[in-house]
Amino acid sequence: MIKALETALPVLALVLVLLATSGCSDIKPWVKPYERDRLADPVMSLSRHGKASSYMHHVYQSRESSRGSEGGSGGGCGCN
Amino acid sequence: MAVAVTERPVMLWSGFWLTVVLLILVGSPATAATLPEDQVDMLYHRYDGGGMVIDGPSVLVRKNLGAQLSVSGQYYVDSVSAASVDVLAVASPYTEERTELTAGIDYLYQQSILSLGYTNSSENDYEANTVYFSVSQEFFGGMSTLSLGYANGWDTVRERGNESFEEEAERRNYQLGLSQVITANSLLSFDFEVITDEGFLQNPYRQNRFIDPNDPTGFEYQPERYPETRTSYSLASRVLYYLPYRASIRAEYRFFSDTWGIDSHTYELAYVHALNPRWSLEGKVRYYDQDQADFYSDLFAFENSQTHLARDKELSSFSGVTFGGGLVYEWKQTSLPGISRLQASLLLDWLEFDYDNFRDVTAPGSFPAGEEPLYSFDAIVTRASLILEY
Repeated sequence: MIKALETALPVLALVLVLLATSGCSDIKPWVKPYERDRLADPVMSLSRHGKASSYMHHVYQSRESSRGSEGGSGGGCGCN
Repeated sequence: MAVAVTERPVMLWSGFWLTVVLLILVGSPATAATLPEDQVDMLYHRYDGGGMVIDGPSVLVRKNLGAQLSVSGQYYVDSVSAASVDVLAVASPYTEERTELTAGIDYLYQQSILSLGYTNSSENDYEANTVYFSVSQEFFGGMSTLSLGYANGWDTVRERGNESFEEEAERRNYQLGLSQVITANSLLSFDFEVITDEGFLQNPYRQNRFIDPNDPTGFEYQPERYPETRTSYSLASRVLYYLPYRASIRAEYRFFSDTWGIDSHTYELAYVHALNPRWSLEGKVRYYDQDQADFYSDLFAFENSQTHLARDKELSSFSGVTFGGGLVYEWKQTSLPGISRLQASLLLDWLEFDYDNFRDVTAPGSFPAGEEPLYSFDAIVTRASLILEY
């Protein structure tokens, strides 16, 4: 796992640098702001239920060994 | 040795984190980020299953102060009534309450949102404090959002009935998230998180058992003994797709691995269907599967048979399935005085866990040690939520 990280993190950093600087290249954002009405619809939200969503993460964290990468707002549970 | 295992990925991760923060600070073609809306988020939550009933309220209030600052506060309670299989095996049912308070600040700086917060969680035998910091930035014409988070937690573990017992645990979370618009109908996101723990990481009340031919039950209990360090990695991907009518489908996968030898896979599929502009229905199915920790056993061969000993069912090999459904009412531009948007939801989830190598010592009947029926349980989770934006 650690060996995989040693490879994955520099590659990921490089991808992010390329993504961040791609504004200077020929690749332009292909979904214009006025084409994003469906993406802005609440049915497309990952955190539509606010604290009710993060509560489910707490339910699972208390009963499973897995933790992290739950999506939405992070910050650590502060609970056991 | 265990410490070295913990430190190496943290150093790697810190270097990576620094690279990306520098990248954000140097600047990239960004679009305007926006602060969260002013709101009150109220929740009643209830968990009922496996001998446990846990319920309580949660209230979050968020208010913008000027154009750049948003402050929030949250109050959360878990009222616990516990008579689970772990409790019944070696102790008596009990009740307790956990109270959690969070204060947070979100600051809009140029095209980034910087968030800082503090959480205190308190119960009669456990105190947890967490400080978190995160940065989120949109770039590539608003099609990409990158977020980074760091949290540091300090816990104090105590034991009821043993005043002299007090232990500490420290936890660090490193989070990275990337959300990407793929088409006008689809979104893709990736999350990666590393968590390191150090200190007293076990539950002081839990015990494990070993074969003792001299005991009438065939076994005897001994204290748990966990390693004092743990590092975990999780990588998740989510895809959201807007269907040809007003509905969405979401698929998620998460891989998890830790230095205790636990690997897990989580799969989730969800569907949201708008019935009309205000009412919508949603449903989900989730499947979870994990391998046991290296030092887990339902029944050890003899007393102190290895350095680390655990029989906590959360460290065993098991799978779980969830079926969930909900009804949501959303009223935009309400005619209610001072309320710009209202969302009321009722969400129900049914969870079932099946253990592969954790046996139920409380099962009725007489069984030789290690031949008791495998444990399983189910639970109902109810969430009633009301969000008012003002």
